[in-house]
Amino acid sequence: MTMLDETPLLSVAGLSRYYGERVGCRDVSFEVYPGEVLAIVGESGSGKTTLLNCISTRLEPSAGSVSYRMRDGESRDLYRMSEAERRLLMRTDWGFVHQNPADGLRMTVSAGANVGERLMAVGERHYGRIRDTATHWLSRVEIAADRIDDQPRAFSGGMRQRLQIARNLVTGPRLVFMDEPTGGLDVSVQARLLDLLRGLVNDLGLAAIVVTHDLAVARLLSHRMIVMKDGRVVEEGLTDRVLDDPQAPYTQLLVSSILQV
Amino acid sequence: MSDLVSREAGTVAVRASALSKSFRMHLQGGLELPVVEGASFEVHAGECVVLGGPSGAGKSSILKMLYGNYAATGGEILIRHGEAMVDLVAASPRLVLAIRRETLGYVSQFLRTVPRVAAIDVVAEPLVARGIDAATARERAARTLERLNLPQRLWQLPPATFSGGEQQRVNIARGFITDHPVLLLDEPTASLDAANRRVVIEMIAQKKAQGVAQIGIFHDEEVREAVADRIIDVRGFGPARAA
Ligand SMILES: Nc1ncnc2c1ncn2[C@@H]1O[C@H](COP(=O)(O)OP(=O)(O)OP(=O)(O)O)[C@@H](O)[C@H]1O
Ligand SMILES: Nc1ncnc2c1ncn2[C@@H]1O[C@H](COP(=O)(O)OP(=O)(O)OP(=O)(O)O)[C@@H](O)[C@H]1O
Ligand SMILES: [Mg+2]
Ligand SMILES: [Mg+2]
Repeated sequence: MTMLDETPLLSVAGLSRYYGERVGCRDVSFEVYPGEVLAIVGESGSGKTTLLNCISTRLEPSAGSVSYRMRDGESRDLYRMSEAERRLLMRTDWGFVHQNPADGLRMTVSAGANVGERLMAVGERHYGRIRDTATHWLSRVEIAADRIDDQPRAFSGGMRQRLQIARNLVTGPRLVFMDEPTGGLDVSVQARLLDLLRGLVNDLGLAAIVVTHDLAVARLLSHRMIVMKDGRVVEEGLTDRVLDDPQAPYTQLLVSSILQV
Repeated sequence: MSDLVSREAGTVAVRASALSKSFRMHLQGGLELPVVEGASFEVHAGECVVLGGPSGAGKSSILKMLYGNYAATGGEILIRHGEAMVDLVAASPRLVLAIRRETLGYVSQFLRTVPRVAAIDVVAEPLVARGIDAATARERAARTLERLNLPQRLWQLPPATFSGGEQQRVNIARGFITDHPVLLLDEPTASLDAANRRVVIEMIAQKKAQGVAQIGIFHDEEVREAVADRIIDVRGFGPARAA
């Protein structure tokens, strides 16, 4: 019998972010455990990106705390760390997959360099090993080895997104943040990307927080989900329970508005 | 070993007490739809209990609550998980997932397909999730699909384009492949031909012999007669409806 690991990897308590008078997100609390995929869903403007940015130290919260369990087992408050410590964490332990690959890639260096750069940032110096690892990761995201010297500018949207994923996973992060990872892609390209993400997350035992407005993406990728409206969490729970037996009025509306997930 | 303890004949595997479910339909002005009220029953290791009653009586709703897929409105569902009896109604999502991984299998009425995943991997997945290596899991998946007469040429294809009966056999194989001590079956034989129905009857009998507690819904008279140790008529748990 496997025991449940009782210490969360990430713990968010009473988190709020205001933009002047306007609410970004309000009083949000949740936890993420190792190997767990959490989906954050909700309509446009409900505060998903604000929340994701606040918990990944990209945006300072107005109130509340976010703590993260470091590799040494100690939980630390992210906003009490020094800027240098936070940057190291982002480089080594975390990944961030942007909706628009151009925000997460360097468009004017080669695909291989995009992946290799992250390795160099964590101290790898051996050119041959960097190139081998980059080649390996490109193949894991289904990019042919002979494209390693091409720039992402020459890639399709789906390929760019897969490259961004390789760039993020090459350093063996424990937690990956994703903001609409399949947004803006054709449906068939989305399916392939989702399948790839599902496999990688399972194989690597990654924890992930995925923002999406697509309930089918949440169904396929996540174990648990959080539903947001007007900056607040209106429902949370096991993904299939939330989708098949939604309790909150807003979740019922959301689920009934789509054809089938 | 805990599995042996829990499967001794007569051991309670599932105990539902005063279980109820009503749906509040917020899009219909908050209409309250009571479906199940005060359902209490026990299922023992090695036993196959069939939920009976007419269409709409709440059979699938009960099964879905037992799987944690529907939230119970009231009551308790104790399930033997390892050494402990755990209340599924109160369990955290993570605990529900652990219970599903180790203890609780479910064959739904329809297969939910995942794009691009081959039938054989759909079947092998519950084993892989329990830490069995991919090659062994695929080998066991192959044997289960063979037993259910799914043509080998289909194994490497995603089931999305399969016929109803083919998809259902993938679904059954996925549910039966593990050695979960509790198995929930929602009309697993509904779209099967007579030969494959008999295979499923055999598979259910085999699970019983292994001490698995099974709770099922079977519309087919012949299957029900063949597998049921007891029939629970869920109309007994129906809400008192105004005439
Ligand atoms: N930089 C900003 N300045 C002012 N208001 C902002 C800013 N960023 C976001 N907001 C507001 O905060 C609220 C939440 O926005 P957010 O981007 O988090 O929503 P979202 O759920 O990610 O939406 P979408 O699905 O459209 O990406 C919105 O009302 C938005 O207008
Ligand atoms: N997610 C849901 N939301 C709202 N109502 C539901 C939901 N699921 C089931 N119901 C309702 O609950 C009642 C019982 O349905 P259920 O599927 O449990 O019946 P059943 O006994 O399995 O019927 P059948 O033999 O036709 O499969 C029905 O009136 C159904 O419409
Ligand atoms: Mg957003
Ligand atoms: Mg039913």
